[in-house]
Amino acid sequence: MVKEIERYGIPIVHMATITTISKSVGANRIVPTIAIPHPVGNPDLPAEEELALRRKMVKTALEALSTEVTEPTEFE
Amino acid sequence: MGEKFKVLYYVNQFFGQIGGEDKAGMKPVYKEEIIEPAMGFNGLLKDEGEVIGTLICGDNYFNENKEEALSYILNVIKENNPDIVVTGPAFNAGRYGMACAEIAKAVVEELNIPVVTGMYIENPGLDVCKSIAIVAEVSDSAAGMRKALPTMAKLVKKIAKGEELGLPEEEGYIPQGKRLTVIVEKRGSQRAVDMLLARLNGEEFETELPMPVFDQVDPADAIKDLSKATIALVTSGGMVPLGNPDRIQSASAQKWGKYDVSKRDALTGEYCTIHGGFDPVYANEIPDRVAPLDMLKEYEKEGIIGKVFEYFYTTTGTGTSVGNSVKFGTEIGKELKEAGVDGVILTST
Repeated sequence: MVKEIERYGIPIVHMATITTISKSVGANRIVPTIAIPHPVGNPDLPAEEELALRRKMVKTALEALSTEVTEPTEFE
Repeated sequence: MGEKFKVLYYVNQFFGQIGGEDKAGMKPVYKEEIIEPAMGFNGLLKDEGEVIGTLICGDNYFNENKEEALSYILNVIKENNPDIVVTGPAFNAGRYGMACAEIAKAVVEELNIPVVTGMYIENPGLDVCKSIAIVAEVSDSAAGMRKALPTMAKLVKKIAKGEELGLPEEEGYIPQGKRLTVIVEKRGSQRAVDMLLARLNGEEFETELPMPVFDQVDPADAIKDLSKATIALVTSGGMVPLGNPDRIQSASAQKWGKYDVSKRDALTGEYCTIHGGFDPVYANEIPDRVAPLDMLKEYEKEGIIGKVFEYFYTTTGTGTSVGNSVKFGTEIGKELKEAGVDGVILTST
């Protein structure tokens, strides 16, 4: 899906835990995530820290979208 | 056996004996006669089926006037009502391959008549039609004609007679990206150990799960000004409104859904996951852990981004075929493009 959407010329960032798959299927902007059942969250953290974590990860994703890349790139 | 089944054949100007590159601009014509390679093909059908006619079109004409060419070709096929249509083989010829593929796709989709064609594995037409037509795997040049025709004829006979095809490698066609359940004698763990032993002993073994070959897409240009950008949120994490109104499958998804989130501050509260590939406890507690609408909305309020796109797109990633994923991505991407979305965040579980 990532690739087909990007084919329209829209930058897309893939937030995924298994980044090797993300890379092999051809995502160009990748943000590694926490875990498969909760990619952008962490139930082990206190609520506030979890929100801060998610906030930071989404910020990273937005930064990825506004960064030029020439090949599959991970943003952390 | 009763009546012979009817085959209608499509070839380009070259194989249609009209001419070479100088005739590539010719409009499609229909001849109620059998022209090579349909002649050799007809012989292979023996008394079970026969070629009733040959459609010929110039490669350039077809690719430059696709709609006109297809409309003529589909009309001819409709009038003659064959049991099956054969195009090519196109070997590794790009324009011819695209024509064979586009015709195959249109005939199956619009007329519901099966199509067999033949292509080299890297023919650019392959991706257009391999999931919908049966594409015999042939060599990269016409020198392979003598081998290609018997394979195609065998496939045509089976399909025309309503027999089930075997596996791609047995029948000589290119895998369509479908998964079938088969019964085998040894269980998976034994087969895996057998394979491992064979590998360690330097013997030959055949993987049961060949890695698909993925093509690459050039990275899209970065967003220049986030504060003016519309960002869409997409997930393959199976996040849907409570009750799953569109009945999106929990595995091997056949469809995607889109939901208006313009008035929401978060997914939490009215969403849950129907994804069958992970423990849903944490996702159902706080759905934004899978698709972070909450943070995107915060960034929208703060003016970091211009806008969160009004629709949230979702499907289930687990077990979903590459074919369907491509289809979903194409359909969703088209909507996003038309809506002027500037960037997309897609989360996967």
